[in-house]
Amino acid sequence: MSNAPLLEASGLTLRYGPVTALDDVGIEIFPGEVVAIVGESGSGKSTLLRVLSGLLKPEAGTVTYRAPDGEAADIHAMGEAALRRLHRTDWGFVHQNPRDGLRMGVSAGGNIGERLMATGARHYGSIREAATEWLRRVEIDPARIDMLPRQFSGGMQQRLQIARTLVTHPRLVFMDEPTGGLDVSVQARLLDLIRELVADLGLAVLLVTHDIAAARLLAHRLLVMRHGRVVEQGLTDRVLDDPQHEYTQLLVASVLAA
Amino acid sequence: MTIETGYNFGYLDENTKRMIRRALLKAVAIPGHQVPFGSREMPLPYGWGTGGIQVTASVIGPQDRLKVIDQGADDTTNAVSIRRFFAKVAGVATTERTSGATIIQTRHRIPEVKLREGQILVYQVPMPEPLFRLEPRVSETRRMHALADYGLMHVRLYEDIARHGHIAISYNYPVMVGGRYLMSPSPIPAFDNPKMHRMPALQLFGAGREKRIYAVPPYTSVQSLDFEDHPFQPIRANAACALCGARDSYLDEVVTDDKGGRMFVCSDTDYCNTRQAAREAAE
Repeated sequence: MSNAPLLEASGLTLRYGPVTALDDVGIEIFPGEVVAIVGESGSGKSTLLRVLSGLLKPEAGTVTYRAPDGEAADIHAMGEAALRRLHRTDWGFVHQNPRDGLRMGVSAGGNIGERLMATGARHYGSIREAATEWLRRVEIDPARIDMLPRQFSGGMQQRLQIARTLVTHPRLVFMDEPTGGLDVSVQARLLDLIRELVADLGLAVLLVTHDIAAARLLAHRLLVMRHGRVVEQGLTDRVLDDPQHEYTQLLVASVLAA
Repeated sequence: MTIETGYNFGYLDENTKRMIRRALLKAVAIPGHQVPFGSREMPLPYGWGTGGIQVTASVIGPQDRLKVIDQGADDTTNAVSIRRFFAKVAGVATTERTSGATIIQTRHRIPEVKLREGQILVYQVPMPEPLFRLEPRVSETRRMHALADYGLMHVRLYEDIARHGHIAISYNYPVMVGGRYLMSPSPIPAFDNPKMHRMPALQLFGAGREKRIYAVPPYTSVQSLDFEDHPFQPIRANAACALCGARDSYLDEVVTDDKGGRMFVCSDTDYCNTRQAAREAAE
């Protein structure tokens, strides 16, 4: 069963007026696999993420998700209630800006507990326990459980967002530039943390980034996008060490060495 | 009191009443669901019970006997003026006795005496949306109601326990109606919440400014939200009524002088008076 892809998309097309955001894009993600989508700004990678997670409807093409029981369902054909349930349980979404993913007026513990409560947890003690445990896992001092996210640094907010997303043990996590806007040392720690959690929990991750280094560190497979098309894809090391497409060559050559 | 001529029975015109009755029927059919209605300008300001008055005006008939309470009392400004309003424009009989009334319009309380079948309790509601402090977008709260996505309300309760050690909502305590819809019980004390559960009387809620009507039909389950390890607890001042000695009623704290003197009395004046009269009769 693990041979079947978790998420499968084909023929995705979407235009914003005259701009083609997605042009016949297909992608497959297998359980436990980290797939990175790289490309420059405006290449359609965030749009692809939104379409794959059901937040945006494509003009053509299908996205199919395979539930734990092996049942495959079309994301865009299922109802809003079913999609929401998916987003709350099987899926997670980590936004670039933690403010988009967190409730800024709610304490760290409440933020982590929200998904648990949304899926029916009604025992304060065990919610609290899970929140403490997850704060520890993302290396935030559990004594800060009752603090508001705005009292946290940018890196901590991002780690809190990850804890909040992973608390229900999703199978597939969408990450939109999770390290964007953080300084390099904090980025490095966050990447370490993500890599560790992904390995521990056997998560499948779809990672959108323009940071080639982050992609190399985390991803098993890489898709390179340009002008709404996937111009090259393959194993990360293969694509980055032996880029075939001229755009990929340019992209790899433009990475600054420290 | 003389009946004012020149007004239709119950102040509102028949078409308006029909529109409100349609909204009421819909509300009764979907317990706890907020039904929009075309709220009218009433001859009193928003926040004084325009929603409740419109609901009362739509269900009242010449044979009805009306009781109006404000914070449990029959003799406060709001209660007196609304009672006089209906005596004037509908010519109906009014009463202060809970058991003698067929329609009771209320603000902030449910009477202490158990209501019975055939009675209608009309609530004045300032803010019908229980999620409004948590989710600012109305479109989003409606979607949450449609999908029964109420985790957010529990987040608020969680925050209360984390901050205060207990759920610190003393009035307007959110309830689940019929196991499906999250509902604001209007600003009644949490003490009154258990009275709503499987109440034999029909409960109607009118929010005039927000233009929403909702209802709880007789014998519908109404559960206050809580956690398994932090169960719902109705709060009551730990004292007996200074006038009638009741230990089971909801109490108001009344300041009696400027030297720190205070007393606790029943907020339900009819309940208190009845008990005092019964005690005098016994003596």
